[in-house]
Amino acid sequence: MRYADEFRDPDKARTLVAEIVRLAAPLAADRGRPLQIMEVCGGHTHTIFRYGLKAMLPQELIEFVHGPGCPVCVLPMGRVDNCVALARNPNVIFTTFGDAMRVPGSHGSLLQAKADGADVRMVYSPLDALQIARKNPGREVIFFALGFETTMPSTALTVLQARREGIGNFSLFCNHITIPATMKALLDSPDLMLDGFLGPGHVSMVIGNRPYDFIARVYHRPLVVSGFEPLDLLQSLWMVIKQIAEGRCEIENQYTRIVPEEGNAQALAAVGEVFELRDFFEWRGLGSIEHSGVKMRADFARFDAERKFSMPHLTVADPKACQCGDVLKGLIKPHQCRVFGTACTPETPLGALMVSSEGACAAYHQYGRLTRTAQPAAAASA
Amino acid sequence: MNAAAAGTPPLQPAAARAPTVTLAHGAGGRAMRALIERTILPAFSNPLLAPLEDQARLSIADLAAYGDRLTFTTDSYVVTPLTFPGGDIGKLAVFGTANDLAVSGARPLYLSCGLVIEEGLALDELARIVQSMGRASHEAGVAIVTGDTKVVERGAADRLFINTAGIGVMPAGVNPSAARARPGDAVLVNGTLGDHGVAILLARNELALDAPVLSDCQPLYSLVAAMLAACNDIHCMRDATRGGLATVLNEFAASSRVGIRLREAALPFNETVRGACEILGLDPLYLANEGKLVAVVPGPHAGAVLAAMRAHPAGRHAAIIGEVCAEPAGNVILATAIGGDRVVDMLAGEQLPRIC
Amino acid sequence: MCLGIPGRVVEITDAVNKLGLVDVCGVRRQINLACVVDAEHSVAACVGDWVLVHVGFAMSRIDEHEAQLTLELLEQLGEAQGEINAMQPVT
Repeated sequence: MRYADEFRDPDKARTLVAEIVRLAAPLAADRGRPLQIMEVCGGHTHTIFRYGLKAMLPQELIEFVHGPGCPVCVLPMGRVDNCVALARNPNVIFTTFGDAMRVPGSHGSLLQAKADGADVRMVYSPLDALQIARKNPGREVIFFALGFETTMPSTALTVLQARREGIGNFSLFCNHITIPATMKALLDSPDLMLDGFLGPGHVSMVIGNRPYDFIARVYHRPLVVSGFEPLDLLQSLWMVIKQIAEGRCEIENQYTRIVPEEGNAQALAAVGEVFELRDFFEWRGLGSIEHSGVKMRADFARFDAERKFSMPHLTVADPKACQCGDVLKGLIKPHQCRVFGTACTPETPLGALMVSSEGACAAYHQYGRLTRTAQPAAAASA
Repeated sequence: MNAAAAGTPPLQPAAARAPTVTLAHGAGGRAMRALIERTILPAFSNPLLAPLEDQARLSIADLAAYGDRLTFTTDSYVVTPLTFPGGDIGKLAVFGTANDLAVSGARPLYLSCGLVIEEGLALDELARIVQSMGRASHEAGVAIVTGDTKVVERGAADRLFINTAGIGVMPAGVNPSAARARPGDAVLVNGTLGDHGVAILLARNELALDAPVLSDCQPLYSLVAAMLAACNDIHCMRDATRGGLATVLNEFAASSRVGIRLREAALPFNETVRGACEILGLDPLYLANEGKLVAVVPGPHAGAVLAAMRAHPAGRHAAIIGEVCAEPAGNVILATAIGGDRVVDMLAGEQLPRIC
Repeated sequence: MCLGIPGRVVEITDAVNKLGLVDVCGVRRQINLACVVDAEHSVAACVGDWVLVHVGFAMSRIDEHEAQLTLELLEQLGEAQGEINAMQPVT
């Protein structure tokens, strides 16, 4: 696979790991603790676990802090309840990406609603949802629009296409969220301890690298925008650590083959035309964050499910036992959550972090068991 | 199927509608007899079925010629769509059950066939499927010797469900079991992984992907016989159907209380299947196969078994993909292409495509 | 959501609506090309382009030169490391 396999080369991985270890060792020694690097994006969390990158990096030198960049994981229960209510309407065809179907609301997930007879359909693209609308003129087709800035352009362009064709039975339930506002909220958090960031490569593909400037300038943390193959992540990690070693604090781009410095003009234009910032938006586990979500502009009211259908604003508290918020902020590791692996498992998820395959908890549960149980033995033989 | 249908199709004149299965076909009377004699019997044709008694009568002496233990298994097939690239539900129902017998080392011999048909299924579609079963039984060397036909009301079954039960006989001295994997054993598969799972996903067309992926549906007995000829003490053997390779290996690791280490670089994949998995964010280790087995073989014999597999049409892309170790007991570890290690766990629920 | 995969545009299926066919290892899917089309690069010019595909949209043209630079850098890093290792005294 071109532009993928070359970035999975084990020899280059070994080289990068050796460089990382060489640079990180004195830095960790100085601090008396490992360097703490946050990968913001759920896709990065997935790469780290799927390729076993954690096991390749000495845990006394580097610690990955898993950030909240998984739009499925941070969906508040109230919004899931809204989805289920919409889907239960017999005239509605509710379309969604696959991984959103299992997120638990207070009365079940979309998958459960489907089992109960609601017409819930999985799609790969919002364009497929629009096609369903064309083919079913007598039904209302709603697309569950979630995701960061990466996915906003595809939703926006779909709505613009719907408007061009005069399609009247298509709308979005908009749950798009923004990364920079979220990162600011994290950085404002007093108990957060981070040395640097691996930045979200595909968000940057849309918004460019300038929106992260404040992180270096105001919060004095280096950030490297990273691709998603294992070599991309390792190279980005190396670049962040190199900055720390050299006393620099900049926004750098490792993913130059895909990310243009200024982002994608056409994508940003479409997003700007269709969406505007909400004053605040609720994130599961993190509470309300200012300017962290978008809604549809008034011009597009007839494509906005929130205006078309009466939907109560539901604030549903997370289950008491949930420590999703602390995990999302990187304060505790998944296995340190009191219900991890017991009341909360992939089969019986209490929180969305256990449902989505990018959720830190699901990743830990599926991939990470042995790294933890093996630690005492490894330490003894090291 | 959900009840929110878009409205009834316009009525067509009777002559224009293709003949369909009706409740009368399942009522036990003339219509059913006609269906069996005209459509089903010719497709399955064999002398044991022809008398159409309520039961098939099989000679014990004939069975004993093949070995010393009777093997008996059953499986139900509910796949949608009924026909897909590389096969159909009928072919699956024959090969799937025959393979469940074959992976014990048994010679599959006889199948039963239970059909549950939804009223309204086109008769010629039913005919195509039972003919496919007939051809498959011939290819697999089994006879469908008894069966049952039921027709249920519209909505009570998803077009067609098939159950097949199978009988085979194991030769003496052969005894693969999930509990017999031992440190030092080699893990082998007979070819590319995930083909069936991707073929079905694409055939459902919810994702609007177009790719020339065929289900790998095929009979495995003669491959197994060739493997046993190379090494008559194969420790474990299973076909990697629902849940894929990862599920079978976890079952072996748990039952045998051993660790299994896989090498990602050694896993055989069809490029297009890999591409589909990358687009959808699916892990091919968990996708269903319908013509692939996983075998655990004593280390010193691995080379001979591999050679025997590669010499056989059902094993051209066979590979040694890993080994059994003492630790970590009960777990399957993958040495990833990049040089790291990760756990390959049991699947929790159904795998859904991701966009993240 | 982040899952993006490199693919090659093999055909334009609807120039007016900016739709084309992308090929990823033999898997084909119709995608929207609006984000990779501009004044200097028409829809027709996209045939043969390698693009990053995300939920049915081409989101960026892959810069082959940059990809090569990235890999070369890593190659050089490996060589430099090799030389340093070779110079270490044998203990």
